[in-house]
Amino acid sequence: MKLLYFARVKESTGVAEEEVMLPRNVTTVAGVVEWLKTRGEGYTHAFADLAIIRCAVDQQHGDLDTPIAGASEIAFFPPVTGG
Amino acid sequence: MVRVQTEDFDIGAEINALTDGRTDIGALVTFTGLVRDMNEGRVTLMELEHYPGMTEKELVRIEQEAHQRWPLQASLIIHRIGRLLPGDNIVLVITASAHRQAAFEAASFLMDYLKTSAPFWKKEIRDGKARWVEVRERDNAAMKKWFSQS
Repeated sequence: MKLLYFARVKESTGVAEEEVMLPRNVTTVAGVVEWLKTRGEGYTHAFADLAIIRCAVDQQHGDLDTPIAGASEIAFFPPVTGG
Repeated sequence: MVRVQTEDFDIGAEINALTDGRTDIGALVTFTGLVRDMNEGRVTLMELEHYPGMTEKELVRIEQEAHQRWPLQASLIIHRIGRLLPGDNIVLVITASAHRQAAFEAASFLMDYLKTSAPFWKKEIRDGKARWVEVRERDNAAMKKWFSQS
C-alpha cells in the first residue's frame, strides 16, 4: 500500500510518501491511522488530533470509516486551503 | 477544462481561447484570486502545495458538478502551485453561458467548492515565519449553502 502525506501532516511524519505492508486486520482508514500511530513520535504527533486530519483513498475523499480493501493509495492531509 | 500550473496565466488570452470562433455565448464571468500581502500579519511569500493527480480529478469533478447544475457553454479553472508573491495571481475561474445568471452563480459555486474540496494547501511566510494557512469557517459555510438550497 502506498501512503502519502501532505502539508502539516508531511512535516510531522517526515516523509512525503512510503510503501508499507499493512497488517491483515487493518480494514479501514481508522485502522491505518491506529497502526501508523505505533510507528514513532512523528506519526503520533501527525495523528494526535483527528479533527484536523482529512484523507483520500485512491484519490477520492474519504473518512475514518472508508474501507481500504483493494485500494492502492491512501493520503492523509490537513483540511484544504486552496483558492 | 482544468489546469494546475506553476506559471502565471493571462486572463485576456484565456478568455479569447475560450470564446474563439463561438457566437453562442452571451455571458462570460471571470473570477481571479490573488495573493494579498496582509493576512493576520505581513505576508512576503506564499507556497502552494497540492496532491498531483487527485487535484486534477477533484477540479474536473467540481467542474462537472457545475455543468450539471447550470446550463454552461464553457468553463475553465486554472490553479497555480509553487512559490507566489503578494500581488500574484493564484486562481482563475471562467464560466460562460447564454445568460448571465448561470455564469455568475456557477463561478461562485466553483470557487466555494474548490476552496473546501480541491487538495491544495497554502503556506505563508508571515512576519518572517512560515505558517500553514488555517481553514476559515466562512469558507465551509459558503460551501454548505449550495447543498442546503437543493
